[in-house]
Amino acid sequence: MNGGPALVSIMRQGSTLIASVHTALDDSELVRFEHDLVDQIGEHRSRGVIIDVAALDVIDSFAALTLRRIAEMARLRGALTVVVGIQPAVAFTMVQLGMGTGNVPTALDLEAGLQLLAEQALPAGPSRSSTAGDGSR
Amino acid sequence: MNDRTEERPAPGASDPRRDDQAASRPEGGEHLLSQLVSHLREHRTRLRRDWAERIQQAHLLTAMTPQEMAAETTSVYDNYVEVLETGSVEALQHYARDLSERIIPRGVETHEVVGIVLLLRDVLARSLFEKYQRDFALLNEVLDAYEPAANRIANTVAVSFVDERERVIRQQQDAIRELSTPVLPVRERLLILPIIGVLDSERAKQLTEQLLTGIRKHRAKVVVIDITGSPDVDEAVANHLVQTVDASRLMGASVIITGLSPKIAQTLVTIGVDLSKMNTIGDLQGGLEEAERLLGYTVTRKEGSTSS
Repeated sequence: MNGGPALVSIMRQGSTLIASVHTALDDSELVRFEHDLVDQIGEHRSRGVIIDVAALDVIDSFAALTLRRIAEMARLRGALTVVVGIQPAVAFTMVQLGMGTGNVPTALDLEAGLQLLAEQALPAGPSRSSTAGDGSR
Repeated sequence: MNDRTEERPAPGASDPRRDDQAASRPEGGEHLLSQLVSHLREHRTRLRRDWAERIQQAHLLTAMTPQEMAAETTSVYDNYVEVLETGSVEALQHYARDLSERIIPRGVETHEVVGIVLLLRDVLARSLFEKYQRDFALLNEVLDAYEPAANRIANTVAVSFVDERERVIRQQQDAIRELSTPVLPVRERLLILPIIGVLDSERAKQLTEQLLTGIRKHRAKVVVIDITGSPDVDEAVANHLVQTVDASRLMGASVIITGLSPKIAQTLVTIGVDLSKMNTIGDLQGGLEEAERLLGYTVTRKEGSTSS
């Protein structure tokens, strides 16, 4: 992929990946982000992904599409995606332009997103907590 | 008092409009105006009294007490003469604005304010007729100097008054707008947004803004929008409402709408938006119960508390 430092930091927290977007991304940067994130889901055997877009003042249609694509790919690889931190103005603009996040769940902020993932994960696999510690390799 | 005419600024220096008159009658206009002003100052007491009487006869300014009226009329009179003399409309503008601020709260109407200024113009014109009645040509010249200035003053007062009034109205509109869409936290993570009165598109926009920032501020998970108090909305506003619900969902809050009137329900169905994601409940009470259920609250009544 294109070089340079990543504009999105992807952090691992237990079985959850937290991707925090710091600045506005152009299309090629979005594509790179998509690749990086989906790679890491497999690498860390993550069960949940949180994408924090609080720093974004604009989410254009390509960005919205990318978020939906990431969520769908993550689902195929066994992780649930939550988009958090959408700004009020951004939320309304997205709705007005008819490009919401589709079926991707959303939450107010990181904390609410983690809570949402915890609620969703509990019925799926309670035994997973025993293997959560040795995810690193 | 009379010697103040000596301090008048140099002819033509202060006001270009007065030059027009002076041009047709070199020296005449300026000279006449100063003569006029000293005449008005000389007969100040009598003219002011005449004016006050005529105001009373016309039943203007009935909202004011006689003392207030005496003070105001004196003040207006002096300013009037001063503006005639200096040609400076700024002083009068300032005064008129100040006057408006004081008398608008007392319910003085625009026609009253304009009325008293026109009466003053007439009273002063009459006194000029009286003074120059023997010399018709001179009277004409005096009126040429007097009339434009007097009309300008009447204009200024009326405009200032209306401006002030509009400023007050604007201020009140802002206040109403701010009060009209309260976002109320009732429990942790639960907001209520009661909407009272007609929702126009301006207010709907305001509502969205307040709701979305409210969700962020209070970290709300559930919002109850109660529109019992709003009988009807047009299609644009209904659409806006649906978008607001979607936007709230993007911010992680679910919205419950309560108190939809039959008419609004009809509008929502007619515009054909996807209503499957809209969570609506008949009344506010039901909405609150549903919200509490979503948040995991259970409200139980204490045994034995029969009060209320």
